[in-house]
Amino acid sequence: MEKKTPLYEQHIALKGRIVPFAGYLLPVQYPTGVIAEHMAVRQHAGLFDVSHMGEALIEGPQAEQALNYILSNQFTGMPVGKARYTLMLNETGGVVDDLIVYRRSETSFFLVLNAANTEKDLAWLRAHLQGEASLTDLSDRVAQIAVQGPEADKVLSGLADLEALPKKYYSFVEHVTVASVPCMVSRTGYTGEDGYELYMEPKDAPAVWEALVQAGATPCGLGARDTLRLEASMPLYGHELNDHMDPLCAGLGFAVKLDKEDFIGKSALMQLGEPARVRVGLKATGRGILREDQPIWIDGKEVGVTTSGTHCPYLGVSCAMAYIDTACSAPGTAVEVEVRGRRVAAEIVPLPFYKRTKSK
Amino acid sequence: MKIPNELLYTRSHEWIQKLDETSARVGVTDYAQNQLGDLVFVNLPEVGDPVTPGESFADVESVKAVSDLYSPVGGTVSAINEELLDAPQRINEAPYDAWFIEVGEITEYGDLMDAAAYEAFCAEEEAKH
Repeated sequence: MEKKTPLYEQHIALKGRIVPFAGYLLPVQYPTGVIAEHMAVRQHAGLFDVSHMGEALIEGPQAEQALNYILSNQFTGMPVGKARYTLMLNETGGVVDDLIVYRRSETSFFLVLNAANTEKDLAWLRAHLQGEASLTDLSDRVAQIAVQGPEADKVLSGLADLEALPKKYYSFVEHVTVASVPCMVSRTGYTGEDGYELYMEPKDAPAVWEALVQAGATPCGLGARDTLRLEASMPLYGHELNDHMDPLCAGLGFAVKLDKEDFIGKSALMQLGEPARVRVGLKATGRGILREDQPIWIDGKEVGVTTSGTHCPYLGVSCAMAYIDTACSAPGTAVEVEVRGRRVAAEIVPLPFYKRTKSK
Repeated sequence: MKIPNELLYTRSHEWIQKLDETSARVGVTDYAQNQLGDLVFVNLPEVGDPVTPGESFADVESVKAVSDLYSPVGGTVSAINEELLDAPQRINEAPYDAWFIEVGEITEYGDLMDAAAYEAFCAEEEAKH
């Protein structure tokens, strides 16, 4: 039986089309439609219920060392108030999950986990936590709302003191009042736009959601969340990442610090040579919509497979992410993608497909 | 939800408009376009292709998924609505104007419903959700 998020009644009232996702009942779209929701985020501001995400605290005098051993990024020297993207690897260098770590103090870290992986991640963390560090699962005690888009500040301006909000991308402020509700606010997101993610107690989530809708943010469902992240070329666990795909193939080397002390997966990654396959972007040049798990061909030879694909509403073209033999992964290379028995022409293009023009 | 009286309907949510005794236009209903969501791609058959009742003759893709369309009749494709290839959103905007194909030399009809029966059928479908 799927769980309801604290905003389930709001989704029903807004006539969201509810589907089961990662153990939760969530709207795939509202009557607005996926394309209009997507465009609202690119051009104005959109609102997402992401309360299904998992959250945990790692705390203790040796929390930093414990994270350095379990996670691939570097947490030594990370300032309080910063957020950091990282991978959690297994011994073979495959990805257990990708997550964001927030440093709350010298000895306290807040982790945000993929909903579909939360149970697996918590078990992994429990099994590998070392030294004086404890794990607390907060998943059912934290609601999360994302406000994304160039007008995120405008939407929040009547509900919060803008000066109190985090100024820099991947930073956060632990105590901000939004719509009279105490929230933790981070300048992060999964859409390729500027914006915020708000964390609060579940009981307070409906008040914040309704105030944000009133302030003009467009409620967006899982459909737009997926097209936005794909257009922005952000990997999704279960698609671009999995237990046997290493992060270097995925192009996530920036989050893997091979020069730090030992961590799980390090020795396996050190032994890998040049990756045989790499993550690339494909843009359809022929007629058709690229989807996941479709074989890629060059001159009658199968050279790779797509991992996510859709019609990208802002770019107005079908794009896919794929793993392709390194030897033929150069941007500009013409390929064919096997779309339901047909071959659709496509071209390898640099990632990201879409990059916002920076305002700050 | 619009269900024009002058059309006939299938259980797979296509509409059919008889043009004369042996030819008809085929499209998808308002209910179908609403369920499918924003359409972004249409694949049509070619003029001269045979169609068979209950068998797929075209497909449409939303942002999220691919769906087949099933022919209400048996016959031969006599025209296709090429406008849809470049403007699949027309199906969402005006599903009863956005015909997919014209079928000629019709030899057989599948199970079809009139507007009242189709409305009742949609209400049942809705109740299942």
